[in-house]
Amino acid sequence: MPNISKISLEIRSNEPLNRNCFRLEMCGDGIPAFSPGQFVQLGIPGKFLKRPISVCDADGEHIVLIYKAVGEGTEILSGLSGGSRLELLAPLGRGFSAEACKRSALLTGGGLGSAPLLFLCKTLLGAGKKVNAVLCFNTAADVVLADEYKKLDVEPQIVTLDGSMGIKGYATDAVFPGHDFFYTCGPLPMMRAVCNTLPGPGQASMEERMGCGAGYCYGCTIKTADGPARVCADGPVFDKDKLLW
Amino acid sequence: MVRKLSTEFCGLSFTNPVVPASGTFGFGLELADSMDLNVLGGISLKGTTLEARFGNPTPRIAECNGGLLNSVGLQNPGIRELVNAKVPALRRIFSGRIIANISGFSAEEYKECCRIADSCGGIDIIELNISCPNVHGGGMAFGTDPGAAAEVTEAVRSVCSKPLVVKLSPNVTDIVSVARACEDAGADGLCLINTILGMRIDIKTRRPVLANRTGGLSGPAVFPVALRMVYDVAHACSIPVMGCGGVSGAQDVVEMMMAGARVVQVGSENLRNPFACKEIVEDLPVVMEKLGIEKLSDIIGCA
Repeated sequence: MPNISKISLEIRSNEPLNRNCFRLEMCGDGIPAFSPGQFVQLGIPGKFLKRPISVCDADGEHIVLIYKAVGEGTEILSGLSGGSRLELLAPLGRGFSAEACKRSALLTGGGLGSAPLLFLCKTLLGAGKKVNAVLCFNTAADVVLADEYKKLDVEPQIVTLDGSMGIKGYATDAVFPGHDFFYTCGPLPMMRAVCNTLPGPGQASMEERMGCGAGYCYGCTIKTADGPARVCADGPVFDKDKLLW
Repeated sequence: MVRKLSTEFCGLSFTNPVVPASGTFGFGLELADSMDLNVLGGISLKGTTLEARFGNPTPRIAECNGGLLNSVGLQNPGIRELVNAKVPALRRIFSGRIIANISGFSAEEYKECCRIADSCGGIDIIELNISCPNVHGGGMAFGTDPGAAAEVTEAVRSVCSKPLVVKLSPNVTDIVSVARACEDAGADGLCLINTILGMRIDIKTRRPVLANRTGGLSGPAVFPVALRMVYDVAHACSIPVMGCGGVSGAQDVVEMMMAGARVVQVGSENLRNPFACKEIVEDLPVVMEKLGIEKLSDIIGCA
């Protein structure tokens, strides 16, 4: 297990990206190194458990998290402004294996799954790999981070369920073979469909309600080909052929 | 002045009374790279059964005001894996007390599981879990009836040479009668409380949050309930008591000991802060100084 730290960071900005998604940037000392696909447990004022949120970007002084205000905890979080301090546990989980991609990768994100894949996209490009991205949303108003991919010179194929932007339909209507490795993060049915559609090797990032987030409460266990696995510590990223869905 | 944190339980010395509670600290090894485990007085290992168990479907965790519900359902690798691999690995790096928490679905199964645990040199204490609310036909079924509690305690006693502590359920009308039944059946000590059966419903989906529908409530919300039960049992029984339930800081440890606990287990707090027990041990001398306590052993049961 990796060395986990508890750190206190100051909110630099906490801005909406669309009607319910926010970009939270924090700064401070002691931010550890992250690999794409890893997450933090974020303490929310007034809430007992911390919230697991994947890392969208990080360096030694800043960390960026993208979250959706969908429940009591994230609603409280969305109301916090710059200057507030939050407690985090980090780094957590096993992220994507960027080195598994030899030449070209296909990233398929659903909703906020686009956030950890953006971090992975940067890492892959930095290692000289070719990247294609498919980003899927319910409707045009939900689209997030597409411009961030464009800034990296990756033109993402947008897919919306209602056809209000890009291709109308599902991820499987847009993904295509020809890459030596694929990575996916998003709703479980989307990831399952992507894994079943793409013939080659790949990885998916799973989601479960968590307790500790660090592997010792066994609250987020799923069944895998290797036996019971904790999403927080053995994952959240798993090889396609290990997932039993 | 050097404040003395040491305590004694069933003839065993503890460097301090702080012990992560079963199920909230895994098998001790999960956090070994992130902290020095040797600051802990002991570790109560995750509940273990004779055979490996996957546990309940997810979601297994639901938050609530002042705590959480869990329905993990005794996921564990089985007692043989515990004694052959987990405990030896922990013993190599941990000098505090190792407490094996044992559960089952019949008196015979408890007995066989304890027989195997008893043969493991690294285990100091056996904690008989007759209070898990998240499995059907076992666990808590034995802990809610004095007769059944006595029956399983007696069965295990016959194969257990180590100190035998029975972990009690709060989901009873009269916890003292269950405690006395365990004492009379040969228990060396008692640990209380396990979680309180509870439930949450997702008001958007109109379905229970937990896949198992119900779960065990723990966290600061249950502290006064646990304290009252520890107080009642410690005054009614002559065997020593480990206090457990909603302890979240050094002051709670002092309060539990004043109620009669010789060892204090910390549970849910670990789930939001893996360093909770370490911080409590560090805070204890400060709290003791403020309260004029020289030795923790002086305050046990003083209330």
